[in-house]
Amino acid sequence: MLLAISAGGVVVWIVWIAAGFLCLASGLAVVSFSNPFYSALALIGNLATLAILYLLLSAEFVAAAQVLVYAGAVMVMFLFVIAYVGPRHETPWASGPSWKTLAAVLAAGAILVEIIVVIGLKAGGRLSTSPKVGSDFGTPAWIGRAFLTDHLLAFEATSIVLLVAAVGGVILGAHTRRRETETATPVGDAG
Amino acid sequence: MEGPGVVWYLGLAAFLFGTGAFGVLVRRNPLIVLLSLEIMLNGANLALIAFARHSASAAGQIFALSVMAVAAAEVCVGLGLVVAIHRRKIALDVDALSELRG
Repeated sequence: MLLAISAGGVVVWIVWIAAGFLCLASGLAVVSFSNPFYSALALIGNLATLAILYLLLSAEFVAAAQVLVYAGAVMVMFLFVIAYVGPRHETPWASGPSWKTLAAVLAAGAILVEIIVVIGLKAGGRLSTSPKVGSDFGTPAWIGRAFLTDHLLAFEATSIVLLVAAVGGVILGAHTRRRETETATPVGDAG
Repeated sequence: MEGPGVVWYLGLAAFLFGTGAFGVLVRRNPLIVLLSLEIMLNGANLALIAFARHSASAAGQIFALSVMAVAAAEVCVGLGLVVAIHRRKIALDVDALSELRG
């Protein structure tokens, strides 16, 4: 019995280390690739490894939503826009480290150190043990019950946010199209 | 809980957030700035879900799902702006888009 539990723990550790390493590596790849197409592909890998980590945290529905919504819908939109705009190579690392890069490294490092210090000093002892959770923790039925009872306001607010964003996207796209046809009309008359 | 504790997930989330913040600060292409923003949001999401597992409550996962919806809205508006900028034949460079600077 004890052997079985420790063997399961070892498997979880191996999966965690692999997923965490791939997650960090693909995150760095997103930031450092000069071609945005490759960056978007690396972000798909980042999202997939994050879904594995969510599964380890027994958040099954969030992992499924991550793959479907993020890696599916959002990234397809990204790839379409990148293909529409065209490849645009940017060489941020060609001219050596500039003062902007140094300042960005300092700022990002400061955030990182701050978070780790807060976790380590203030909350380290309290975070060492986690309670056992039931087998329905994170299932779609459990999430749905929580959404439609205790967190109904967040659910409804999310729908309004998505509606406003959809209207905003349509307006941003349609406005420029009307301008193009207005400027294009005299040319058509002359022809 | 078998395997790594919550602190490990929080450390990974902090690294992801730092990576995304670095990308937002350094890169000049607005598309890659949006991609780096996604990394920052996902770092925050990982911390939220780790805390949900730690406290065995639904609130963290609900919060993470709401963050996902807000990220979808942000991508919708952000990519709409990128397409609008591209149609007006303005260079896709966040340093060049400085007309509204005070």
